[in-house]
Amino acid sequence: MPDLLIELFSEEIPARMQARAAADLRRLVTDGLVEAGLTYAHAGGFATPRRLTLALDGLAERSPDTREERKGPKIGAPDKAVEGFVRGAGVARDDLEVRDTGKAQVYVAILERPGRPAAEIVAEVLNRTIRTFPWPRSMRWGGGTLRWVRPLHRILCILTEADGTHSVVPLDVDGIRSGDVTEGHRFMAPDRLRVTSFEDYAAKLKRAFVMLDAEERAETIRADAASLGFAAGLEVVEDPGLLDEVAGLVEWPVTLMGRIDDGFLDLPAEVLQTSMRAHQKFFSVREPGTGRIVRFVTVANRETADDGATILAGNQRVLSARLADAAFFWNNDLAVAEAGMAKWIEALEAVTFHAKLGSEADRVDRIAALARDLAPSVGADPDAAERAARLAKADLTSEMVYEFPELQGVMGRYYAMRAGFSNEIANAVAEHYAPLGPSDTVPTAPVSVAVSLAEKIDKLTGFWAIGETPTGSKDPYALRRAGLGVIRLILTNELRLPLGRIFAEDSPDLLSFLQERLKVHLRDEGVRHDVIDACLAMPGNDDLTLLVTRARALSDFLKTDDGGNLLSGFRRANSILTQAEAKDGVEYSFGADAKHARDPAEKALFAALDQQQPTIEAAVEAEDFAAAMAGLARLRMPIDAFFEAVQINDDNQILRRNRLNLLSRIRRLCLDVADLTRIEG
Amino acid sequence: MPKPTCFQDVLMALQSYWSAAGCAVLQPYDMEVGAGTFHPATTLRALGPRPWAAAYVQPSRRPTDGRYGDSPNRLQHYYQYQVLIKPSPPDLQALYLGSLRAIGIDDDLHDIRFVEDDWESPTLGAWGLGWEVWCDGMEVSQFTYFQQVGGHDCHPVSGELTYGLERLAMYVLGCDHVMDMPFNAPGTPRSLTYGDIFREAEAQYARYNFDSANTAVLLRQFEEAETECAALLDRPATDPRAGRRIVMAQPAYDQCIKASHIFNLLDARGVISVTERQAYIGRVRALARACADAFLLTRAGGFAEAS
Repeated sequence: MPDLLIELFSEEIPARMQARAAADLRRLVTDGLVEAGLTYAHAGGFATPRRLTLALDGLAERSPDTREERKGPKIGAPDKAVEGFVRGAGVARDDLEVRDTGKAQVYVAILERPGRPAAEIVAEVLNRTIRTFPWPRSMRWGGGTLRWVRPLHRILCILTEADGTHSVVPLDVDGIRSGDVTEGHRFMAPDRLRVTSFEDYAAKLKRAFVMLDAEERAETIRADAASLGFAAGLEVVEDPGLLDEVAGLVEWPVTLMGRIDDGFLDLPAEVLQTSMRAHQKFFSVREPGTGRIVRFVTVANRETADDGATILAGNQRVLSARLADAAFFWNNDLAVAEAGMAKWIEALEAVTFHAKLGSEADRVDRIAALARDLAPSVGADPDAAERAARLAKADLTSEMVYEFPELQGVMGRYYAMRAGFSNEIANAVAEHYAPLGPSDTVPTAPVSVAVSLAEKIDKLTGFWAIGETPTGSKDPYALRRAGLGVIRLILTNELRLPLGRIFAEDSPDLLSFLQERLKVHLRDEGVRHDVIDACLAMPGNDDLTLLVTRARALSDFLKTDDGGNLLSGFRRANSILTQAEAKDGVEYSFGADAKHARDPAEKALFAALDQQQPTIEAAVEAEDFAAAMAGLARLRMPIDAFFEAVQINDDNQILRRNRLNLLSRIRRLCLDVADLTRIEG
Repeated sequence: MPKPTCFQDVLMALQSYWSAAGCAVLQPYDMEVGAGTFHPATTLRALGPRPWAAAYVQPSRRPTDGRYGDSPNRLQHYYQYQVLIKPSPPDLQALYLGSLRAIGIDDDLHDIRFVEDDWESPTLGAWGLGWEVWCDGMEVSQFTYFQQVGGHDCHPVSGELTYGLERLAMYVLGCDHVMDMPFNAPGTPRSLTYGDIFREAEAQYARYNFDSANTAVLLRQFEEAETECAALLDRPATDPRAGRRIVMAQPAYDQCIKASHIFNLLDARGVISVTERQAYIGRVRALARACADAFLLTRAGGFAEAS
């Protein structure tokens, strides 16, 4: 059982592609081997900036011999048919055998395929894998036609036997011939390495300053950075995305901590962090108490004789130049902010939001009007809401946000404060984009809520009005996210907003879009879609808070015994009534009278209804659906007993009508709480 | 090789390195361009089957980057060093690292990295894959394998290197402000800094670019360049005076370069809106494509070989 080692050695592979590529190499090669009949025990994939590696243990020596009997035409079939069969099977006519199937005598071709040695199959599969590798983006180089993510230089492909001997799997891909040679670290150990097995390979690479495993590199960086910070009484700001990226930029991580020039420590923490991360791929290091960012951690790809002093000095200088730029933007922006931001607000006129929806300035006008309208419903001061809305997009034309678009809103808050606006308004500027994702925090300050809602509702109604609604997987304007944002803002803050009135004019189907999003949202909470349908069928279904209160109460109720049984009772009543109404051509909706009750169970049901009905109706009125359903629960026993004891379709037509009217009373009472006809199962 | 002491040492070290590496050392193109890539020695010569190897310095203008000579590292006029080799040789990375050693960057002490950066020029209809090269966290070069230029696939593929000379030299010389960098050798009787030569001009051009350039004139010039480019390419391939085939790809391309620079000026003047921006870029790209098409119909573009 030999082991297989493959390494594809190239110029630097983009960090973001490495993990996926290592997994793809593993999948494509192992799938190909298995498909060709070659089994293996275990496979491991690795990636560094310059190599993709696959190690396979316990590969079969060769694929098994196979024998297949292929059935052909009957004896006596036309010659043409037999010849066609022979050609298709690739055998000689004389080699055909005859089998008795019990019904007939048929020709049979025996197809025997001898197994093939592992090396042959590996070469074939690897060749195909390289030529069809699913890189997100690949390229050609020199005069060749082969595509790879960057120029491919070497193919290492060896089989190692149990006794330690190894052999190269011969392979030639566009002039690149396989071998048993790789190279160490580009600068620290550039010599060629001849390897005999995976263990030998990993050990030699380690000595040649290459950590093969990305997880090991990431963990080394994380641990080294943490201890550098700890030694200085500081903490490294966690950034898993950056950690993965940086681990893909080095083969031999060396972590260094440096200072930020005092002159830049007054820049907002977000600016320092974003600038260091985006341009330099530095980790931020902060003071635990104040949260101020005071140092950085950079990761080099080599050790040096001066312990990284030159590298660190260089990085520090580059950072100062970068931060000088950021400080330049910051100071220019502050000048505009202190003058009241008029220049930015004016500049929004020249920024197109959407060709059919006008400029950002037009959008701000709409948002401001809507925020003012919404303010009373969310408990915000209308003037404050409008003012915050008018400032919300101003930072889009600031220099800092032009440089770092991800700081929109964050910078707006700083600038609004500097312009002398209240915390309330400045926070609304920062928070009005939220919530951005399902796990993003939902604003709760009233002014923030008003502006955030207005921003999203304007977006939705705008795109609905011009017919740019999401379809299938296409949602270029992130309208589903805006819809979910509206839902979460309303639910988190328990807002009572009749959305129908807000949407009515331009976009009636927008409400059903939101209701669909709400279903998805509630389903994640464990509320079934039919439960939501039962509540959507009720009046006031454009009031999402009401809708959800009802749905949650109903969902809880149906999970209880009483709920389940009451539902059966309701269904029985409803089905008897529906049939009778269809048959008689009338609607039984009024006039059940206790004086016609004969059976004690019937009398008891009248009594129970008389007692519970006012309670239930009052609870519905008060939107206390849990209480309403508790009231319904108290009807469950009398209803069950009634059906147990009483025959509805009595020969006496007066009794029958009375009983049908009684069922109708039950049905109406239930339907006042929720449309139970929509419940499935 | 002695360590460089001034800006021109760095430049000359690169010139002799790439000369020794077998490149034709060309001179700058005599027009205003935004980057060394615009030089016909790159844009046009990356097209077609003929081998090519050229290195040159190219003064480049980015009107929006003007800072009145005050910024330590931003300039509206600066120098790029450009190398283009077709087909890209297998040892291009090693050759490139050799050029860093030639200007005094010792890779035993520095951290040099190839960080993904795919290059795209929307105005040239060109793109390629490669890296920005980092030295101790600073981008010192752009390294690209051209895949397409002017909408045409590159066969064979060219390897392109672009060095931002000021930034690189500042790093090598240890200068924190570009204007303080020695231009010629310090200690000579007439030693000059970069600022002695360029500071005043930077301020003047910043004022011109941001506030003074006559936008009506620029808009007209853009249209004229566009029209002229198309007109030149519309001429029949055979020149009636010389009586032979002369496709005017390069004169037409000059007009494309002109249009591109005028667009940059208009952009700096702030008179181009976001929507218009895309339209202008599209118009310049259409010119670049037409010139690329025309170049492929010249001998340098491989036309004779094809017929």
